[in-house]
Amino acid sequence: MMKINNIIIDDTFAEAFNMRGTRVLITAQNLKWAYHAANAMTGFATSVIGCGVEAGIERELSGDETPDGRPGVSILMFAMGSKVLMQQLETRMGQCILTCPTAAAFAGIESEDQISLGKHLRYFGDGFQTSKVIRDVNGMAKRYWRIPVMDGEFLTEETTGMVRAIGGGNFLILATSQPAALQAAENAVEAMKQVRNVIMPFPGGVVRSGSKVGSKYPKMFASTNDAFCPTLKGVTNTELSADIESVMEIVIDGLTFEDIAASMRVGIEAICDLGEASGVKRISAGNYGGKLGPHHFKLHDIMGKSNS
Amino acid sequence: MNALTFTLKKTLQHSLNCAELTPSNLANKLVTEIGSTLLQYGKAKLRVDEIFEITGNDTQNIYFKNSTEKLDYLGANMTSGTMQIEGNVGAYLGFGLKQGKINCYGNTAAFAACNMAGGLLEISGNTGDFLGGASAGLRKGMHGGVVIVKGNAADRVGDQMRRGLILIEGSVGEYCGSRMIAGTIGVLGDTGKFIGFNMQRGTLLLTKIPKLHATIQDCGMHTLPFLSLLFKSFKQYNTKFSDIKSQRIQRFSGDLACNGNGEILLISP
Repeated sequence: MMKINNIIIDDTFAEAFNMRGTRVLITAQNLKWAYHAANAMTGFATSVIGCGVEAGIERELSGDETPDGRPGVSILMFAMGSKVLMQQLETRMGQCILTCPTAAAFAGIESEDQISLGKHLRYFGDGFQTSKVIRDVNGMAKRYWRIPVMDGEFLTEETTGMVRAIGGGNFLILATSQPAALQAAENAVEAMKQVRNVIMPFPGGVVRSGSKVGSKYPKMFASTNDAFCPTLKGVTNTELSADIESVMEIVIDGLTFEDIAASMRVGIEAICDLGEASGVKRISAGNYGGKLGPHHFKLHDIMGKSNS
Repeated sequence: MNALTFTLKKTLQHSLNCAELTPSNLANKLVTEIGSTLLQYGKAKLRVDEIFEITGNDTQNIYFKNSTEKLDYLGANMTSGTMQIEGNVGAYLGFGLKQGKINCYGNTAAFAACNMAGGLLEISGNTGDFLGGASAGLRKGMHGGVVIVKGNAADRVGDQMRRGLILIEGSVGEYCGSRMIAGTIGVLGDTGKFIGFNMQRGTLLLTKIPKLHATIQDCGMHTLPFLSLLFKSFKQYNTKFSDIKSQRIQRFSGDLACNGNGEILLISP
């Protein structure tokens, strides 16, 4: 049995899926408005089950890191297929970035596969839009669209890259109380935000309603993960011991397997640093028996073999 | 390897078409083969070694010495390598240039960068009419690449220009940006009459107040975000334009006579 600071790390794995991902850099007059734009764009994007995409803010960007020298944030967006990703990106660009005062959007990832950022949005300019091909510091020519809007001009790069990515990395925090589980989750998410190329798409990075595949109701293809619901311990095939009163899940989408694994390690370490006294008893992970997702994040491999 | 150097050894009475003398055309050729290449000289054809003294062997780096305004089509359709020219040159310098770099340390005649598609052309002196324009019969001029002129340019800069960047540190003559389809032209000095005449799209970037004709209309003072990207891109070139920092501009739009959507941006100091 693996234990870190007397917190049990289950010998199990998180099961993750292939996705398509992209990154967009959002800049604005100041960080406040960059966050307004980015929060709108990544809103209602917790799960592909109901939102089409999973999206989140990856990190803040200083003026030195953005194409136009203004502060901004980078966002990552993931979908199960390229078509959905393209549709969602265009829709969200149009409703969330175009509309946000002073906001501009730029490609955040290089790839041969390009998807539209402002390519179609330019028609909002009603013929007054203009394009400009500008070489970046590496001499690479990029096309930008300038769309006249009421606050001045909306600037957006024409396309951004789309890459193969992975979604659904996760781990579960099993604690003796709801406040303990939530505090541990918050600590983990704060630590995981320092890892690049990943997002935790759920509210605050935490999900309380982990799901299993299928349901007793034929029309439902996902339903509550009863094995980890503490109030059902006596009536279902539970995974929880008597002292567990609350379970929180952190779901991670990332550009590569290594990124997600690194993020999981950082998050679990942050929880284990709290020690057993925090109320956290176990760390586990959600999977479907290994039959659905090709990527398996084994907790013992990620945390190393050493027991404490 | 030393740069392949062509030193002009006779006074030319007629124009000499030097289009053959490019890195891609001369690649893997021996000096004797290069010397026997025929060039059009007026109505006659002359061997290269009758006109130039040839030294060096690096065909990807070509150097012209003692150049005069009789040498036309230098660097025409170049697809690679570098070319440096000491002295003045004739017409059509960098005609159809696709890739590579040309440095001219003198003045050029008309039609420099005509039909240019890519690469970099730097002119230390002045240049003639139709810089970045289209050759006779074509409806599109320069459609890519970067031209930097340290001196002045004559009339019709960027006539029918389709894409690319022209930066002129001196002044320009009349009809700058005439019939321009797209692209960017920057001028640090004075501009002549009828700037942006029949301009359809594209950007003219100025630092001095131009003489505008009636169908170029003032759209007011603005701060345009794209200018920060444009100015940042200038830093990779050897030009005074890289010193510009102000994103505050007065925007003029036109040419309304042809329903144009071009713009003249007058940079505020």
